[in-house]
Amino acid sequence: MVTPLLELSGVAAGYGAARVLWDIDLQLAPGSVTALIGRNGVGKTTLLRTIMGIQPLDAGTIRLDGQDIGTLPPQRRARAGIGYVPQGRHIFPQLTVAENLETGLMALGRRGKASAGVPDQIYDLFPKLGTIRQRKGGLLSGGEQQQLAIGRALAGAPRLLLLDEPTEGVQPNVVQMIEAALLKVRAEMGLTIILIEQYLDFAWRFADHYAVMDGGRIVRQGDTASDTAADVAHLVRI
Amino acid sequence: MDPALLLGQIFNGFSVGSLYLLAALGLALSFGLMRVINMAHGEMLMLGGYLAWGTLQVVSGPWGIIVALPVAFIGAAIFGAILHTALIARLSARPLDTLLATWGVSLVLQQAARSLFGAIGVEVTAPAWLDGAVAIGGASLPYARLFILGVAALVLGGLALLLARSRIGLLVRAVNQDRMMAAATGIDVNRIDLIVFSLGTGIAGLAGVVLALLGPVTPTVGQSYIVPAFLVVVMGGLGSITGTVAAALILGLVVALSQLAVDVSLAQVILLVFVILFIQVRPQGVVASRSRSLDA
Repeated sequence: MVTPLLELSGVAAGYGAARVLWDIDLQLAPGSVTALIGRNGVGKTTLLRTIMGIQPLDAGTIRLDGQDIGTLPPQRRARAGIGYVPQGRHIFPQLTVAENLETGLMALGRRGKASAGVPDQIYDLFPKLGTIRQRKGGLLSGGEQQQLAIGRALAGAPRLLLLDEPTEGVQPNVVQMIEAALLKVRAEMGLTIILIEQYLDFAWRFADHYAVMDGGRIVRQGDTASDTAADVAHLVRI
Repeated sequence: MDPALLLGQIFNGFSVGSLYLLAALGLALSFGLMRVINMAHGEMLMLGGYLAWGTLQVVSGPWGIIVALPVAFIGAAIFGAILHTALIARLSARPLDTLLATWGVSLVLQQAARSLFGAIGVEVTAPAWLDGAVAIGGASLPYARLFILGVAALVLGGLALLLARSRIGLLVRAVNQDRMMAAATGIDVNRIDLIVFSLGTGIAGLAGVVLALLGPVTPTVGQSYIVPAFLVVVMGGLGSITGTVAAALILGLVVALSQLAVDVSLAQVILLVFVILFIQVRPQGVVASRSRSLDA
């Protein structure tokens, strides 16, 4: 058995006394894509924040490629190879598109590439970004910000990409464009990905595995090849 | 009113404003980035003053004061780095406690200066090339005050260049705008905090050199400038550099121009009343620093 790229065991986290995540076990094989689905408020975003280190870990372990990262601050985890596209995108509003992408390079750390500039690959993937390099991040549309957030995460050449609802609040034609770009990323870069997604049809087209969350726990997981979206729809419906 | 007197006071206002700016920039930088208030910031001015005095004991001659500038900057920056590492970084989860802790540091430093150099203070004699004045329109503009303006302009220009053009500047701006996301992109936010804090105390050290040209360096010299410096930061918009510059110059002018009509202590009262009224009308300061990021 290959070492999982990411391995969570017994992960618990919360905000003060309010526990949000309970006893999460999850293993991601290298190069696999997992869709994290569930209703609002069941802990999906908190789980990604906990993996990134923004949310402190209350119990359990998080291993990245066998190395325990559970107590590292977010910047160390980014440098260990985790890219993060957060909910709400968190574009630096006063930085230009080019500068936002440049911050993503910091995840390369001392690997010496930090001064090599933003790879052209990012602009190939999202041609729109190339045309608005000097525009301030805060002035972009939702779709442009989303592309920028994904590009920024990819600029750090991550091994694991955390995507928190990349198509949320984006107009339908841009949703298709982002989905196409993500499929391309997955095909060309061989990243391991966790995706929070409301649209089950995209989740099933994109992911190998799914994990359904409810009440801060993973209540069901499986392969998208053996189960259909209809099998889990009742767990996700409001 | 005598126009020469008015012109002279306007010039004085700019020079007082430059001093306020040098004293306030470090406070504004570290508050903008870390939401930390360093009560020992005034003592960084004092440290800069004593370092200037010390430098002039070693490097006498006309250019001693020019040597004193980098010495004070580096000395105060190193002290700031130690203060940040030993105290402020450890209290990052409890920002309010830093207020009390740095106040304690301030008292310790004042007493240390009193024990080392005496309560009366030391004098720095301005070099001969800073004596004299330019006469413009009947007003005389002393070289020493022009020197202050020059130092402030250089510091401001250097800082603006650093923030806008350098890699470090980019990272500082990123941390300033969204600390969580900055960390998640791999930026070492603790290191950025340390750099900015040290830079701020270094600038205060420069302010100390300039102060030493105007009067004796005493253990409490920082205290008389820290209050106006806080007023500048509050009025400027809590952490905004542009706002800090504008507020420093406005307050400098308020003090200098009110001295046309009233004595020095009443001018301080007018300064305080002016800031209180200003904050009533515009609580966010000259420039509102927190632009809402588009977070969910």
